[in-house]
Amino acid sequence: MTSRSALPSVRPSGPEAAAARPLAPEASATFPTRASVAPRVVARIPPMQIQTTPPKTKLASEKLELFYGEKRALHGIDIEIPERRVTALIGPSGCGKSTFLRCFNRMNDLIPGVKITGRAMLDDKDLYGRGLDVVELRRRVGMVFQKSNPFPKTIWENVAFGPKILGEKNKGRLDEIVERSLRNAALWDDVKDRLQTSALGLSGGQQQRLCIARALAVEPEVLLMDEPASALDPIATSRIEELIHELKARYTIVIVTHNMQQAARVSDRTAFFYMGELVEYDETETIFTNPKERRTEDYVTGRFG
Amino acid sequence: MRFSAHQRANAAFAGLTGSAALVILLALAVILGDVAVNGFPRFSWEFVSQSPSEGMTAGGIFPAIFGTVLLVLLMTVAVIPVGVITAIYLFEYARQESLFARAVRSAVYNLAGVPSIVFGLFGVGFFIQFVGGNIDRFFYDGRVLWGQPAILWASLTLAVLTLPVVIVTTEEALRTVPREHREAALALGSTKFEAIFKIVLPQALPGILTGAILAVARGAGETAPILFTGAAYFLPHLPTRAYDQFMHLGYHVYVLATQSPDIEATKPILYGTVLVLLLVTVILNFLAITLRSRLRRKFA
Amino acid sequence: MARRRLINRLAAWTIAAVAFSAIAAVALIFLFVVREAVPLFNSAEVREEVTPAQMVMPQAWKEGAEPSFSWQPASKVPKYSLAPLVAGTFKVTIVALLFAVPLAVFAALFSAEFASSRLREIVKPAIELLAGIPSVVLGFFALMVLATFFQDTFGFHFRLNAIVAGAGLGLTIIPVVYTVSEDALTAVPRAYREASLALGASRARTAWSIVLPAASPGIFAAVVLGFGRAMGETMIVLMASGNAAILSADPTVSVRTIPATIAAEMGEVVVGGAHWSVLFFLGSLLFLVTLSFNGLGGWYVARLRRKIGGTA
Repeated sequence: MTSRSALPSVRPSGPEAAAARPLAPEASATFPTRASVAPRVVARIPPMQIQTTPPKTKLASEKLELFYGEKRALHGIDIEIPERRVTALIGPSGCGKSTFLRCFNRMNDLIPGVKITGRAMLDDKDLYGRGLDVVELRRRVGMVFQKSNPFPKTIWENVAFGPKILGEKNKGRLDEIVERSLRNAALWDDVKDRLQTSALGLSGGQQQRLCIARALAVEPEVLLMDEPASALDPIATSRIEELIHELKARYTIVIVTHNMQQAARVSDRTAFFYMGELVEYDETETIFTNPKERRTEDYVTGRFG
Repeated sequence: MRFSAHQRANAAFAGLTGSAALVILLALAVILGDVAVNGFPRFSWEFVSQSPSEGMTAGGIFPAIFGTVLLVLLMTVAVIPVGVITAIYLFEYARQESLFARAVRSAVYNLAGVPSIVFGLFGVGFFIQFVGGNIDRFFYDGRVLWGQPAILWASLTLAVLTLPVVIVTTEEALRTVPREHREAALALGSTKFEAIFKIVLPQALPGILTGAILAVARGAGETAPILFTGAAYFLPHLPTRAYDQFMHLGYHVYVLATQSPDIEATKPILYGTVLVLLLVTVILNFLAITLRSRLRRKFA
Repeated sequence: MARRRLINRLAAWTIAAVAFSAIAAVALIFLFVVREAVPLFNSAEVREEVTPAQMVMPQAWKEGAEPSFSWQPASKVPKYSLAPLVAGTFKVTIVALLFAVPLAVFAALFSAEFASSRLREIVKPAIELLAGIPSVVLGFFALMVLATFFQDTFGFHFRLNAIVAGAGLGLTIIPVVYTVSEDALTAVPRAYREASLALGASRARTAWSIVLPAASPGIFAAVVLGFGRAMGETMIVLMASGNAAILSADPTVSVRTIPATIAAEMGEVVVGGAHWSVLFFLGSLLFLVTLSFNGLGGWYVARLRRKIGGTA
């Protein structure tokens, strides 16, 4: 807890937070659960602080507002998401975290009546600006959905779908891509002997890893994951989490989760959403051990949500 | 007291409504049974493979079968692409509240309610007089070739008639494809067109097939629209060109039943023809109904 | 990439353009059926033979004869009174509804309230099958079997009459009335039934006093749709009604309807002549009337669904 003041971005925000800070030492004693929530993260603190050059910002939003018809679902979100890091979006159901995630590959476009103001950016390029190619954007920003959704085709066809529509016709090269993607998704050994069987014959966890492999096959730069493990059993979940850990060396990952332990285990930074607002965004260990906002603290300690 | 007043009331009411259902089923059974009993003795390979002879009192009905099949094939070729694409528009592309989408939807609904005889008039007024007549005027110096009843015009008339069937069943088929598959395809960087034609349509295919079968069954049975757009009672040759007339099962039944000089002599042929027509439409309908209920159960 | 974008754009436009075909079809039907009826109003040649007034008002066809309504387009003095046809159409339609509505609604009530799910699995497809029987086959059945049966049973003077045609016609509209009614009955919230049963009402009482009234708008819509369907049906009435244009309220005499008239006479008319125009006029009339009946029924059904189901 003493390391608090040494954390990179301490900014007093709001009177509530300021009032809460002096209480922090006692608070940590009152809530021993915190330490157990994120032991691994706490252990990782020192290397994170050593980092000298802050990572480049990959995704960002400025005053992003989203309306479903008349109803405002997101209230002026400002965020900067670093490259090749895992960023978790947490918050109670209906807080807007999934909606916000889907702004970065413009999947919200598919919902009638959605209106967006403000900016969302990928590499400083406005995603809602004129002349942006949504199809190309979605190629660069992959997505893994809450419910695994393999196509009712063979495993091979699932993974090769993306490269094929991008124009790759060579069977040999497609085979290579399929193998590489399946390896990267830690699924190759499970399925290498049955690539031509239906993807629907796989277990739930395997199906979700297949969906990850399918997303990787088009070589995206960013992976958006919308509660990717919420429908899986604990063993399958831990495999997905290990996978996320491996993938972050090459991809910028944003993961929505309602599972706080999961956020603590896999992410480097965490954003807490509440009722369409970004309440707090910081290093994951800060969010879980020493949040500045009372609402964040209440949520991560399990007092609501 | 063995039965309460409640139980008696229930039994009486169930009996009353049940007998209504029973009467309908009985009517269906009587129709099918009558046709089967009177038609089967006539039914033979010769009957379906030979031409009529001796003033329609002997021989078979092959030309009428051939004409009906050809008519329905041409109709299918015309109606399936248009119907499927219209359904894709309505379900995948249209903003539901847009004026155009609502206009298309209401047009489909109203088209389904137009009496079949009006389609016949439309076929005469539009296809034969207007389209055919103008083709003759411009390409054949007014020689009447296309501006008269023909299998092409009859099949196009039927295509317009069956359009709503195809549209409605295709839309239902598209509805069974999970939204997640569309999202997954789009999230991989496919265009909307690619997502629909490579992911959604293949999955909707069984449902679309159901629609096609229903349309074929409907088209094969409709007689009123072809009365004066192309059907003929007797032709010495099978139709080989788009502007030829054709013989037709339904029309054959109509003429034999109402205009035969000797009804007793033609009766066996008449029943045989009805049996063939009924078999074709009932089998097709049965196929479509079972296919559809299986699909519904699968995606319920 | 540019190519894919182009294909995507082109596809979207093509698809919307093809979807226009449905609108075009309805518009063209209206246009080209009405177009051929227009000479009745503006062609001197046609009006020499018949005017709209003559089609509506009773006419004295000979010097000093009683004015009457008469449809004899092929006689030396062609007579084009619509009254026998309009009356005939309504007469047959009403007979058909009298046959079909009680049977179909009761059968729907049976499926929705009393039938076991296995029985329902038999009744529903059977009625769908009935809907799939070509009308020419039903017409044939009415002509060959029903007509004889009715004559033997009731001793009708005319073998083919409005009752025979109406009964045959009833067979085609039973599926429509049944399907829409059954939808309406099953859409009645379960809470209504439970409340009634909990008060000690029998299932019969509940079905009759609670469910049926709650579903009555839907059943009304079913009847309206059936009416529109029956009015436009051709082959059955053409084959089983006797086709005599007699203006009479008696359902046991032969009758001629508008669709049957078009079907029977269209093949023999001179293209562009007065008779031709009158037949197209009848077609336009039929088109507009069935359209409004369907519109009314459909609007009612849609409104109902919104009210009960929450979504259209």
